Amino acid sequence: MNATARRGSGWTPWLYLAPALVVLAGLLVYPLYQLGLISFLEYTQAQVSGGEPTTFKGLGNYATLFGDPQFWQVLLATVVFAAACVLATLSLGCALAVLLTRIRAVPRLALMMAALGAWATPAITGSTVWVFLFDPDFGPVNKLLGLGDHSWTYGRYSAFALVLLEVVWCSFPFVMVTVYAGIRAIPAEVLEAASLDGASRWRIWRSVMAPMLRPILVVVTIQSVIWDFKIFTQIYVMTNGGGIAGQNLVLNVYAYQKAFASSQYSLGSAIGVVMLLILLSVTLVHLRLLRRQGEEL
Amino acid sequence: MKLSARIAVPTAGFVLAGLAGLTATGCAPQTSDNSAKKDEKSGTLRVWLFREVSNEPKQKVVDRAVDAFRARHQDADVEIEYIPVETRAQKIKAAFNDPKSAPDLIEYGNTDTAGYVKDGGLADVTADFEAWAEAKDTDPAAKQSVTVGGKVYGAPLFVGVRALYYRTDVFKDLGLRPPTSQAELVTTAKKIRKAKPAMYGLAVGGAYTYGALPFIWANGGELAEESGGTYTSAIASPAAQKGIKAYTSLFGPDNCPAAKCAEMGGNDTVTAFASGRAGMAIGGDFSHAAVEAGKVKGKYAVVPLPGVRAGEIAPAFAGGNNIGVLKSSSHRTLAVGLMKQLTGKKTQEELFDAMGFLPTYTDVRETAAKKQPFVEPFIKTLAAGAKAAPASPGWAQIDSSLVLPTMFQEVVSGRKDVAAASGDAAKKMNDAFGAAR
Repeated sequence: MNATARRGSGWTPWLYLAPALVVLAGLLVYPLYQLGLISFLEYTQAQVSGGEPTTFKGLGNYATLFGDPQFWQVLLATVVFAAACVLATLSLGCALAVLLTRIRAVPRLALMMAALGAWATPAITGSTVWVFLFDPDFGPVNKLLGLGDHSWTYGRYSAFALVLLEVVWCSFPFVMVTVYAGIRAIPAEVLEAASLDGASRWRIWRSVMAPMLRPILVVVTIQSVIWDFKIFTQIYVMTNGGGIAGQNLVLNVYAYQKAFASSQYSLGSAIGVVMLLILLSVTLVHLRLLRRQGEEL
Repeated sequence: MKLSARIAVPTAGFVLAGLAGLTATGCAPQTSDNSAKKDEKSGTLRVWLFREVSNEPKQKVVDRAVDAFRARHQDADVEIEYIPVETRAQKIKAAFNDPKSAPDLIEYGNTDTAGYVKDGGLADVTADFEAWAEAKDTDPAAKQSVTVGGKVYGAPLFVGVRALYYRTDVFKDLGLRPPTSQAELVTTAKKIRKAKPAMYGLAVGGAYTYGALPFIWANGGELAEESGGTYTSAIASPAAQKGIKAYTSLFGPDNCPAAKCAEMGGNDTVTAFASGRAGMAIGGDFSHAAVEAGKVKGKYAVVPLPGVRAGEIAPAFAGGNNIGVLKSSSHRTLAVGLMKQLTGKKTQEELFDAMGFLPTYTDVRETAAKKQPFVEPFIKTLAAGAKAAPASPGWAQIDSSLVLPTMFQEVVSGRKDVAAASGDAAKKMNDAFGAAR
């Protein structure tokens, strides 16, 4: 009697959750399922439009992918580039957030507006403007720095650096605004006590603010990792779809080139699955580490 | 951890149940049936043509052709839609994916023929083409561009071919004459750059495949060799490597600095020439309008791109567009009739007058050359024997995955030598040919 009642009450929440779960399954699980399924098939334009039958390839697409030295090179470039972007975005965002709490209303407003402007600019517009600024023939940056007709997109690292600047420019506002809101929520007495004890600004950030902001920093970091790992528009626009001889390819652009430019949908799906697994494991490991340290999100 | 375990089990059950349901209703990725179900003799024919930069003259010619067609087929209606060239690939793929909303006829670039045939999108019109009187005057290169595996999948609409544009004023200043051999082309380019450092001698681009191919062909190289319907890359052969060397030698501070030119494509080189930043450029008959609209109007002339030996013409890439009937069309007979109307001699002649597109019929082309002297070097180039891309569906993939631009850029940027870069490109090409077999 008692057991039945308990089981009944155990199922009730699911009944209420069902509508939401159905929507979630339709929007998330089904596309993921299709992605996974296609990655096991031979599925190119010929199969889509019925020129050839769709066949099961097993792990064939993954074998092709992992056997391609370019994939490993692109993967490495993506990881390093994303890490650099996340680091640069977070440090700039946090530094400016701290700065925001220390300046008067007018400069604060100006900084806020500038940041929001960068944030609101669509990635494709930002990238196009950025490329124009650094154009070897017409760009004002070269004129200002007296670099003549130096081409920023010719060298691999200078092209990546250029894209990094744009990515940081358009994604630091999110970090700044979020962290600024977090800092505002820290009781003033705590900070006052720290400065009365003679702590330097760096020390206050490291020992007082950062620990108290931890949940916010975690969310911001994971967000940035996911965004920067999946970077597409900036690379695609600024390096003309992957740079000279594909030197600036990152995974997402590589997947696009495979899936849509050359219609190998199944190979593109396999890259998508690999990306998904990497991001999922990065996020899980990160959450796991935090939990060990006794923090709850 | 506790929470996630509690969620995980029911979610998994839910997902499995969902999957089972989907399996029952057919969850495999979509495949469309492009085979025609009927051949109706009345109704509306839908046509997709490319939208040109200035489309109005083309539209007028097409409208006249459609009127002539309607006069003979009273109960057929024709709807023409002009689609943007930049997004044509997606649009045409979408048409193959959804035959119900697909048009009956499409205009398509001739490098896409084999790919579209493999996709199962184009109808085989061999019998109609052979029985068509006008088709006998179609030039062989144009006919080859609609032929895959011995079958014809459309009718050529126009051909496009590239030649050497040069600045008459610059040549006069420096006492130069139009180059007659490849070696002279290179030295002339370097002379211009030396005398006018703000200019490229010959504007070249690392991503300008169709400007680079004549160098490979002129040296006796080939992109690929066919035997028994399968293609093997020949890009790493000694002759082809010689051509790659000749083209890539044009990148450098003494002609076209790699830092800028490695990234350029065909349009960039033509733009550089049109805006007066280059002494020479490899441009098509279709680039004529763009150059005329630029700063250099009245200060340039065109000659065929020279071959290796003096007086020879380097084989050019035979580009151009075709019109084909979709396999899914439910008005096949009518659609073939309209295809003949749109690509017939009369329409092509009018299209040349309106747009400058070179006709695909040898006799119509000769008349055209008499009317418009600027096309003469292009017609000479065609007459010397233009070449097409390999008629393998693998070519579309090689083209879109930038195999050749990557090869040129690797050499130009000094990352690999010609042998290594062409070897890698050959491997990628063979993979694509093999996968497409």
